[in-house]
Amino acid sequence: MASPPPASTGLPPALSDATRDETSLRRFLHGLPGVDQVGVEQRAAGLATRSIKKAAKLWAIDTAIGMVDLTTLEGADTDGKVRSLCAKARRPDPDRAEVPPVAAVCVYPDMVATAVEALRGTGIGVASVATAFPSGRSSVPVKIADTELAVAAGATEVDMVIDRGAFLSGRYGRVFDEIVTVKHACGDAHLKVILETGELATYDNVRRASWLAMLAGADFIKTSTGKISPAATLPVTHVMLQAVRDWHTATGDRVGVKPAGGIRTTKDAIRYLVAVHEVAGEEWLTPEKFRFGASSLLNDLLMQRRAQLDGHYSGPDYVTVD
Amino acid sequence: MWEYAPAPESRDIANLRPSYRMFLDGEFVEGGGEPLKTVNPATEEVLAEVSTANSSDVDKAVKAARRAHERVWGRMPGAERAKYIFRIARMIAERARELAVLESLDNGKPIRESRDVDVPTASAHFFYHAGWADKLGYAGLGPDPRPLGVAGQVIPWNFPLLMAAWKIAPALACGNTVVLKPAETTPLTALVLAEIVQQADLPPGVVNILPGAGDVGAELVGHAGVDKVAFTGSTDVGKIIQRTVAGTGKKLTLELGGKAANVVFDDAPLDQAVEGIVNGIFFNQGHVCCAGSRLLVQESVADELLAKLHARVSTLRVGDPLDKNTDVGAINSREQLDKITSLVESGEAEGAQRWTSPCPLPEKGFFFAPTVFAGVSQAMRIAREEIFGPVLSVLTFRTPDEAVAKANNTPYGLSAGIWTDKGSRILWMADRLRAGVVWANTFNRFDPTAPFGGYQESGFGREGGRAGLEAYLDV
Repeated sequence: MASPPPASTGLPPALSDATRDETSLRRFLHGLPGVDQVGVEQRAAGLATRSIKKAAKLWAIDTAIGMVDLTTLEGADTDGKVRSLCAKARRPDPDRAEVPPVAAVCVYPDMVATAVEALRGTGIGVASVATAFPSGRSSVPVKIADTELAVAAGATEVDMVIDRGAFLSGRYGRVFDEIVTVKHACGDAHLKVILETGELATYDNVRRASWLAMLAGADFIKTSTGKISPAATLPVTHVMLQAVRDWHTATGDRVGVKPAGGIRTTKDAIRYLVAVHEVAGEEWLTPEKFRFGASSLLNDLLMQRRAQLDGHYSGPDYVTVD
Repeated sequence: MWEYAPAPESRDIANLRPSYRMFLDGEFVEGGGEPLKTVNPATEEVLAEVSTANSSDVDKAVKAARRAHERVWGRMPGAERAKYIFRIARMIAERARELAVLESLDNGKPIRESRDVDVPTASAHFFYHAGWADKLGYAGLGPDPRPLGVAGQVIPWNFPLLMAAWKIAPALACGNTVVLKPAETTPLTALVLAEIVQQADLPPGVVNILPGAGDVGAELVGHAGVDKVAFTGSTDVGKIIQRTVAGTGKKLTLELGGKAANVVFDDAPLDQAVEGIVNGIFFNQGHVCCAGSRLLVQESVADELLAKLHARVSTLRVGDPLDKNTDVGAINSREQLDKITSLVESGEAEGAQRWTSPCPLPEKGFFFAPTVFAGVSQAMRIAREEIFGPVLSVLTFRTPDEAVAKANNTPYGLSAGIWTDKGSRILWMADRLRAGVVWANTFNRFDPTAPFGGYQESGFGREGGRAGLEAYLDV
């Protein structure tokens, strides 16, 4: 690790010591309590049986809409596609003005300017993936340039990917330094650190990567790029929620969590909110601390919202495709 | 800020009737005993009137069981018996919702548990044992093991249907006939099971179910026509039964109390250990004979673990057992609630530090907020006596040897838990713990294939698995 990172200032001594050098960092991460796979999956499945009805469900739906990072990350993205996505973000349900706008729109760096323009004055964030998303396989200068491009175009949030190759080969310092460097390049923009849990493979790795990202100054930890299967899962999100809860106990700061990829239904979204509520705590039940990285989820939320209020289901043609 | 709206399961699903009758020789009949009223512990309302047996009913039932054993069931080929038992298993599964709601009404346990644990596991026990009925020669108990005859079975109120299944399924699979007495406070699901037995067309007398209080149980286990006695319940009653059957030649298995140690080492997966501790002691309101009621935690992680435990226990939702989001339901009876309260008072008086979840409790019904005692020593009553309620005693240890010594320092020996990431230590501990069941990095997992039973004052004999068959065969 090149130099004492600016991110660790203000941390309690036990944590700032952890980032002193590569050896300390490694010792700290490997000293975290392990995660028992059977246990965490059993807990996640158990909590997923909560029955959320009536007013509680409506609250959950509106809250989930306000937490969506409405995402398009395709090679085929165009200005037109991004503009129409932004229109959807502003008024998710054109027939019902009371439906809250989503939290942010998430695009590739070259689409940021278009999104910023389309969302000016709405308060909706513009998130940009960066750092050679989704693989992260490039040099640090390229990753910094990618980040700076997004921020210069007006991105208020940056979703970076970690170097999974470095992480899996045990070069934690390299991953740490990269996050610190990107955080610096972000300036005022919020930094979400994508762990790509589908490639980290074990829950122990997810816990270590979560702490690594928080030590390096992440504002959010995010499960996945959405380009790798499996993407977000409930047990992985449980482990990350435990990490941000423990981080809060240690530092008093609350880091956000963003599951992304594969969350398509209201039922799924509510299961995530229940996990947020009961694992991390209700302080995380806000778009400042919890987001869904999703695209098709929004329409299911809107259809379920209508069903709740109207007492019957309407078809997919009653909500807009984008 | 996010209040879960009530999500109650409809009580109509239980098909609750105003009165229930006992099941004797294939018919539902009025018993000669004084009828009992069974109460919903969550509301204290009377659910139904249930007829009870007197001594002549017990005699009739045992004779009916004897007839059925000699004329039909004992000589029926195993493959034929299996068909009946499979049928019972399927019918339990088909009526799962009804049985779950009825169980929660009568017992007070949360619907989440009766729905996800009690009823499916009951069905699974019949499925499992049905498979054994024609394979008993391969159970390692000799080439052609014979049934014992008539089994007199007495079961407790904590898992009314599941305990009935644990008792009846192996008895039937091995070719025995059954007279079963359900607990006084929870007779209803056993009587619906009787209805299933009737609809499954079992020959009359193969299964008889006689509700009543302890006197009916005493009459049953003391009856000269009974060849085998199986009891699950308190150690005190177990000792009385053992005296009663001494010298009679009756075969006996007892599954009694426990004071299980849940041992957490400093390298344990802490978040999952917390889940296991919660599941160990607050599952079924702690009305579990194998509950992990003593937490032994290594001193170096005790503070961190306790802080996490308090936070987690605070999220447990205590209340209406029929609400699908309830985690901890009602204490089964006023009597049990009083017993828990008095033991908790003794804990405070003896100087343990009490922490109780700040959760709101319903105004009516028998409820007790989840409670954790820290600073408990081996000498205190709350470390030695079975509380049978949602009360955890926390002790600490410094070395593995000390953990073993403390874990074994109890007259009981039913179950134990070990939490560590080190596989070798799990095996080392399991070798030394005097407990019938040892769970590693989990707790309170039940499966029909796994034998269950205890050491010392927790009783003897095994239920479930291949080992469990021995209790119902003449070997």
